[in-house]
Amino acid sequence: MRQKLEYLKETPSQTAGPYVHIGLAPGAAGFEIYDQELGWDIAGPNAKGARIRVEGVVTDGTGSPVKDVLLEAWQANADGVYAHPEHVGEVEQGFRGWGRVITDFETGEWGFDTVKPGPVMGRGGQMMAPHINLWIVARGINVGLNTRVYFEDEEEANAADPVLNVIEWERRRATLIAKREARDGLAVYRFDIRLQGEDETVFFDI
Amino acid sequence: MSTPPKEGEFYQRDRRWHPPALSQDYKTSVTRSPKFPLISLENTPSEITGPVFGHNDINAADNDLLSNFAQPGESPVGERIIVHGRVLDENARPVPNTLVEIWQANASGRYRHKKDSYLGALDPNFGGCGRTLTDANGCYHFRTVKPGAYPWRNWVNDWRPAHIHVSVFGSGFAQRLITQLYFEGDPLIARCPIVNTIPDPEAVEMLVARLDMNATIPLDTIAYRFDIVLRGRRSTLFENRLEGN
Repeated sequence: MRQKLEYLKETPSQTAGPYVHIGLAPGAAGFEIYDQELGWDIAGPNAKGARIRVEGVVTDGTGSPVKDVLLEAWQANADGVYAHPEHVGEVEQGFRGWGRVITDFETGEWGFDTVKPGPVMGRGGQMMAPHINLWIVARGINVGLNTRVYFEDEEEANAADPVLNVIEWERRRATLIAKREARDGLAVYRFDIRLQGEDETVFFDI
Repeated sequence: MSTPPKEGEFYQRDRRWHPPALSQDYKTSVTRSPKFPLISLENTPSEITGPVFGHNDINAADNDLLSNFAQPGESPVGERIIVHGRVLDENARPVPNTLVEIWQANASGRYRHKKDSYLGALDPNFGGCGRTLTDANGCYHFRTVKPGAYPWRNWVNDWRPAHIHVSVFGSGFAQRLITQLYFEGDPLIARCPIVNTIPDPEAVEMLVARLDMNATIPLDTIAYRFDIVLRGRRSTLFENRLEGN
């Protein structure tokens, strides 16, 4: 008898399409249906650390804003702990570290409020610089795109980050560094995402 | 005392099984597809972990699209269906307690979305979204109406096959998946440029829900079965430790 490997194949991806909001953010589609939409509060009220805002716009290969994109953020807390049973450590009550982000349909601008994550231990005892993981879906995106937001004011940690250093082309690493500005005392990080073309953002196969 | 082997990294995603970023016949993908190759990463805790949801996050009735937007005593128009199945991983193990969210057009092919202006009528009793958590065996079910086909601007005469959008989490962010469910026997499936972004016909078959007469409720609701497979994980038999030294 021929030996057989009993693995299944992963369900193939399909685009989220233009009406992704109906399922994942129905208020933005224009109607109220759930008692509680998920993903609006990433850090919760008790999270320690610096309160920050991350903003940007996603542009396509013509430089036009992608107005129907939806992003999900996944991050550790200020101590570098993910709210997940396999990650050792505690997170604050109400800290989920996950959120959904939609755009202004007119401009394509998006933004979310959270706390700045701490460094997270990576593979082989190498510390990863503070970062927020993003997953990007939209009409015309056949498989959700993964990228990471790093922070401009973490220069030393970024220089030692094992993931940034996997990117052979040093000038492409800059596409993952959010630029900091102060606005009314709040740290706001600008993270524009270019799907294609000049300074195309680095996307990961995770 | 022995402890069960710890689970390790997710199996690599088979990028030849999924659609490529650029598919000429799905025109919107042309300017929204990265030109550079993805940078392959070995899993770190950032990819192996992911959000956890519980029964406090949703209502039990959120999975019933026949009633979750309808006026009391009323029902949406259309063919009443049950969509049910299991969420498994590539090791054929159930994925319990994971969030499954769906959205769809109504029976006229019209979406309840401020950006949809198709001629098909809105149904005052149909919202078009639902969500549920899989049970301990990875099972889920929804009640809804069968969505209608609708035209879209790609070529001048393109019609989407009836479909339901499906979003699934799994236990790690690396498993995050959005896909679309189609219905057995629909002649529009083979003609659809979005379906045809998937290169392998076997992979397309995984997206076609099967008529399931055994799960049908006689004289009430017809049933379709749709299993979802997420990435599996290696067991750490001889692995280097992922974390620490």
